[in-house]
Amino acid sequence: MHGRVKLKSTAQQEEEKKKEREKKLKVYKAARDACFSKRKEGTMDVEALQLTQQLLSSNPDFATLWNYRREILLHQETVRAEEEVQKVYEEELSFLEGCLKVNPKSYGSWHHRGWVSSRIPGPTGAESWACATAAWRWTTETELQFTDRLIGSNFSNYSSWHYRSTLLPLLHPQAHERDPPSPSTHSHSVCEEQLLKEYELVQNAFFTDPNDQSAWFYYRWLLGRAEREEMISCVYVSREGERLIVAFSRPVNALSVGLLLVVDGQPLNVDWRSAHPRFRHSPVWICELPPGTISDSSNEHNLTVHWTQRHIHRDCALYTGRSESWCRDSATDQELFRSDLSVEKTSVLQSELQSCTQLLELEPQNKWCVLTIVLLMRALDPLGYERETLAHFETLKDVDSMRSSYYSDLCSKFMIENTILKMEYAEVRVFSLSGKKLTTLCHLDQLLLVTHINISSNQLQTLPPQFAMLQCLEVLEADDNVIESLYGLYHLPRLEEVSLKNNQISRISDLKPLTTCPKLTRLDLRGNPVTQTANLQSELAQLLPSVTDLLL
Amino acid sequence: MAADNLPTEFDVVILGTGLAESVIAAACSRVGQRVLHIDKRNYYAGNWASFTFNGLLAWIEEYKQEQQRDVDSDDSWREKLEEGEEPLLLGTVDTSVSNLQIFCYASEEPEEEEEVATPVATPTPESAATSTEERLAQGHAAATEEIDAESEAPPTVDTQSEATPTEGRGARSQATPTEETEAQSQATPTEETEAQSQATPINETEAQSQATPLESQTHVEPEQQVQREEPEGDQSTSNEGDSAQSEEPIPPSPVETKKKKITYSKILKEGRRFNIDLVSKLLYSRGSLVNLLIKSNVSRYAEFKNVSRILTYRNGKVEQVPCSRADVFGSKQLTVVEKRMLMKFLTFCSDYEQHPEEYLDFSERSFWEFLQTKKLTENLQHFVLHSIAMVTPGARTAEGLRATQHFLRCLGRYGNTPFLFPLYGMGEIPQCFCRMCAVFGGIYCLRHSVQCLVLDKESGRCKAVIDTCGQRISCSHFVVEEGYLREEQRKNVTYRQISRAVLITDRSLLPSESEQQISLVTVPPQETGGPAVQVIELCSSSMTCMPGTYMVHLTCPSSGTAQEDLAPLVSRLFAEPPSAEEEGEVDGEKPVLLWALYFNMRDSSGVDRSSYSLPSNVYPCTGPDPALGSDNAIALAEAVFQQLLPDEEFCPPAPNPEDIVYDGEGPQGEGAGFGEPVQPDRGTDRVMRYSVVWTEKRPFWI
Repeated sequence: MHGRVKLKSTAQQEEEKKKEREKKLKVYKAARDACFSKRKEGTMDVEALQLTQQLLSSNPDFATLWNYRREILLHQETVRAEEEVQKVYEEELSFLEGCLKVNPKSYGSWHHRGWVSSRIPGPTGAESWACATAAWRWTTETELQFTDRLIGSNFSNYSSWHYRSTLLPLLHPQAHERDPPSPSTHSHSVCEEQLLKEYELVQNAFFTDPNDQSAWFYYRWLLGRAEREEMISCVYVSREGERLIVAFSRPVNALSVGLLLVVDGQPLNVDWRSAHPRFRHSPVWICELPPGTISDSSNEHNLTVHWTQRHIHRDCALYTGRSESWCRDSATDQELFRSDLSVEKTSVLQSELQSCTQLLELEPQNKWCVLTIVLLMRALDPLGYERETLAHFETLKDVDSMRSSYYSDLCSKFMIENTILKMEYAEVRVFSLSGKKLTTLCHLDQLLLVTHINISSNQLQTLPPQFAMLQCLEVLEADDNVIESLYGLYHLPRLEEVSLKNNQISRISDLKPLTTCPKLTRLDLRGNPVTQTANLQSELAQLLPSVTDLLL
Repeated sequence: MAADNLPTEFDVVILGTGLAESVIAAACSRVGQRVLHIDKRNYYAGNWASFTFNGLLAWIEEYKQEQQRDVDSDDSWREKLEEGEEPLLLGTVDTSVSNLQIFCYASEEPEEEEEVATPVATPTPESAATSTEERLAQGHAAATEEIDAESEAPPTVDTQSEATPTEGRGARSQATPTEETEAQSQATPTEETEAQSQATPINETEAQSQATPLESQTHVEPEQQVQREEPEGDQSTSNEGDSAQSEEPIPPSPVETKKKKITYSKILKEGRRFNIDLVSKLLYSRGSLVNLLIKSNVSRYAEFKNVSRILTYRNGKVEQVPCSRADVFGSKQLTVVEKRMLMKFLTFCSDYEQHPEEYLDFSERSFWEFLQTKKLTENLQHFVLHSIAMVTPGARTAEGLRATQHFLRCLGRYGNTPFLFPLYGMGEIPQCFCRMCAVFGGIYCLRHSVQCLVLDKESGRCKAVIDTCGQRISCSHFVVEEGYLREEQRKNVTYRQISRAVLITDRSLLPSESEQQISLVTVPPQETGGPAVQVIELCSSSMTCMPGTYMVHLTCPSSGTAQEDLAPLVSRLFAEPPSAEEEGEVDGEKPVLLWALYFNMRDSSGVDRSSYSLPSNVYPCTGPDPALGSDNAIALAEAVFQQLLPDEEFCPPAPNPEDIVYDGEGPQGEGAGFGEPVQPDRGTDRVMRYSVVWTEKRPFWI
């Protein structure tokens, strides 16, 4: 019959497709094997480069091949002239552009691209310095435009945002840096002018789609995360027990940083221990001075702690007739906590806060937006915005109930920070955190000098090991929590009173840490499951002989 | 194949090669029906056709002839009738196009010396007198042939009318050996050299003389020039002044502007680069036409480009409509808050059925009122109503939401706008379906029509047709483009009209970094109650116009003549070129008009089948509508197919060329009598060239 078309059967078609696939697979395998054997032989030639290129363009997630490729390129760098190397790397970039067009989120390709742009001959050699800098700058700018393009077509791409974050500090470094920008100087801050442009870009993204995390992550990066300068924030000395305590701005390992104690001009060899044996790194370190060094209260002593590695030190004078003394930073709130965000210009933060608030009006349920607002408020005026912050945390727990514990902890952290700030202003050693819905304790290193602490009426489950940093603590009120363990009540030499009414302490063994506190005389355990234990009184008398005032 | 030895028996005879008819032809042929598909014109696609510039001029000329044609009474069909049969005569005059007006703004003087080596022959009476037939043949050859240098030889009338649709572009090999020799022997030596050396000056002059129809016409009918608004003097003087001006050499301007001015002769010379659509449409990425193209595998015969941007005309300015997520993100004109509000609204629309509480209160009210309550700023309301939903301000909420959702669902399938445009023009699409029909054995004959239907007196059904050669061809079904019917058969039919303008301009309505943009410009009603105008601006890489120019199509439902409807908007959007004295003082903002054509086309789309008095096995197909998509035509084709063959699948996927079994003899041998059944394309480079990679991307709104 005319005009009818005869067709292959489905089985035939399947068969052909299978053959086709097998053929492709064979070619792929052959190329892969060739690559591997070349690598084994240590061949670093152009052919190997081509082979890996073929394979990688069909499968960009083959990390071994990217590695091999980098090896080859590094080798080629040594055997070729500089211009040629430049060319090789430029070709590499265009190859990568092809890869990323096919698969715009392939980590392998992105990583290699980052590597290549860092290898492109930078400013080296005196004579060609200017020229090379220009070339380097040009490449980096092209790279930045490349991310512009990718973000423009679809901004849900962590890789391109991240790549941007590595390029910007190179291209637009903060002005005060004197070193010429180059791939080797790793600065992480971006000049303000560029920063403002980036804010605009990323705002466009999160206003367009506030549920897309990638933009918010990048925004968080832009707002920055200040790293606090490492320093000795406080030195405390007590005649009683002849102890010296050093607090650092960040956790350190005092055994390896080269701490040197000088008393009245004489270096002293002492053993440093952290506040709790669990910590190898700790912000608080303690040492016992040799007996008799400072015990006589009619003598005046000058103590100096040297941090030899950093060439910094802090003095502390212990005057006649005084039983203790300390020297610490007149730390303002700025330095303490505000530096969570590195942006220093208040006006910038203020306008960022405004646009986020605007977005919140449109999207009251958006957790990213609320969380960012909280961070901005913290950076701007933690005490002034305290009420709003608390309200926002309620919203967050509501809209993102899966993470409500995280938000509670974060909120606790902020509440403690606020209380510490207030205490700093008041210069007191009595500290109350009662009734703040705390779920966790933090920043305890800041409470080194506190003698009375009230953490009653919260939701605490434990007194963490960090609690042992409260080395001056005399009275602890921790009623009406859900405390089960007391790890942190460890070697607190001045602790006299502990009130733990209405908590969840259920075994006598949970009280064991208290045995390390020699001055403990009053302990209130009313309303704890442990009070149901038989022979409790006698057992406790045995465990804690110093306690004379026991309330059960 | 010569028309006089057609087979005398078919299952389906289809008259007219518009989109609906072509889809029906392909669908029938695909499931094994014997299909004869004919068209009285010498080009494919009827009112859906695309023409080269010269082809369009020939079409215009044909239109004029049609106006004056006498109805010839040829009675030869009578003798073919048998006992118990009665005739049903078809019409001979096509009245679907009216109010045609041409304006040429480009300088009509010859081009500068370096462009054309030999002096251009001025139009002479002799060249004007070339027989219409020849001119038509040349013009229309261009319409269906074009582009590939190899195939530029103007085919003889005979071979051309048999050329397989869309075949013209380079596939000479399809002609049977006998036909080839025929064609060669018919061609005189001179013609042959001419054909081979299109680029020689001789031919250029010929190309010039081809233009005669228009030029002679502009002289013969000066009243068509009135609209050029010559302020001074009466018509005759103004016209004289005109021609006098054009004879003056252009004073060498001190500062040669960046762009070379495009003259009319340049347009004529480059005429083959134009593919001018009679109906201007786009394909919705998830519309019924695209779905059909994919489902049937007809897509392999065409190439597409994404419409690159949606523009709108607001407050006297053309601006870009942010419609996708990437657009919204990148938009410089929206504030961040507007971005959020727009995205929020669009996200809601993309699955509005899930949130009935949001819109149910508005089910009896208009979409526009609904938008008022959505906290959208005024410009956002404009974008949504006119450019995304593209509904009238009076449209109901549900309609607006549905339209918006359709738009959004089409986004991101092939790019950042919901639309595709076929390269070489919309006229390609019917031809692609014709090609599919031919691949499955359908027989094509152009310049061939049906004089009358033969009805069985008893059953009233159509038994056969008598063609224009007087041959009787029996058939079980007859599908006919509505325009072929006589007045008697459509007494109860009332038509609407479409107003069209076709413009050639020198730059884009909204210049951007890239010159190669295909833009849809939505123009809301300029006065309340008036129609919205769809403007489609095509760049040269869409293969519809020569480099350096833009092809602009305006379409709206008519309220008056096309010119009355559209000229006011044209003058707002475009500038006329300056006269010689005020050279260089054009409004720098607006694109300059080079050439313009206005016409009305009949819109029969709304007509119900029952309005025609026709036998039950005769199926009228209505013509193009003014809508942006082609859904009407596809729905019609499917409905007709279902009446014809209720038990068959509509356009099942055609097999891939590599799945077709060839076994030397067999089918090919048998088919020789009717001319070679067209060889299924066996992985030729043509197929490669036309196949589109239909990548399914992640739906954008999810």
